Amino acid sequence: MPIQDLIGKEFPPFDLPVERGKIREFANAIGDDNPIYSDPAYAAGTEFKSILAPPTFVATKAFWRKGESVFELAGFDPHFRLHGEEEYEYYKPTLAGDVLTCESKITEAYEKPGRRGGKMTFIVLEFSFYNQKGEKVLVSRTTTIQTEGAVKQ
Amino acid sequence: MEKKVLYLEDIRAGDEAPPVVVANITRTHIVKYAGASGDFNPIHHDELYAIRGGNDRVFAMGMMTAGFLSHMITDWVGDGKLRKYRVRFARQVWPGDTITCKGKITRKYTEGGKNSMEAEVFAENQRGEKVITGSIVAEVLNKPAA
Repeated sequence: MPIQDLIGKEFPPFDLPVERGKIREFANAIGDDNPIYSDPAYAAGTEFKSILAPPTFVATKAFWRKGESVFELAGFDPHFRLHGEEEYEYYKPTLAGDVLTCESKITEAYEKPGRRGGKMTFIVLEFSFYNQKGEKVLVSRTTTIQTEGAVKQ
Repeated sequence: MEKKVLYLEDIRAGDEAPPVVVANITRTHIVKYAGASGDFNPIHHDELYAIRGGNDRVFAMGMMTAGFLSHMITDWVGDGKLRKYRVRFARQVWPGDTITCKGKITRKYTEGGKNSMEAEVFAENQRGEKVITGSIVAEVLNKPAA
């Protein structure tokens, strides 16, 4: 199947519960000791009134998505799969206790020759997240690249 | 805890963010991020798997470093102020690397009653090589009248 045929492919929507313990664990893993991610008393005194999720927290969607992944669909080999770019647009804060519904689709898929030879395949997957009030919270776009061998620097 | 706030009146293009340094990345950093994020691609935690793919050893997820960079950004612009965050992964981050996250304001403007700043952000290793390049847009408040 030509890779371009994947454009427009939608994946089944799923829910991403925003859990306080997961936020604390995630903030710890990125070395961020901001109390807005871990201290409910501190968070209660902020404009958000609640524990906030860090900007890249929706990466935890990996635990909640279901069905075939975009990489399985495209036949990407995890040995030679690179994360090219990641982009976020934020509309509303993501708060502990929220349940985000995630819709996702492939918006771009193309091939081009790599600089060091071999073919590179690019796929852009767009995720839209809505909270339990139906508000659009954020959009993220992930560009993944499949190379024909390991990238040497 | 007193938080420093960026005000439109106090910032200008060229202003730099206080850097955030993560010294000596270990496999433990990588495994912690794998567990926190759900990224279990073995290339990031299974040395033999990574070597079979032609790598010298395991390397960090780009998103781990994007997380370090977001720490620098939110410490700088404040919580909940980020409107856009874009990163491009330029190089791998290896165990033993020290990563420094930096930012510099490129523009400030007021549009539709809202103040914004744009900045370039990046993370570099101990050799001064950029491992991530990126940009942000953040909302900025007006300074309260004295």
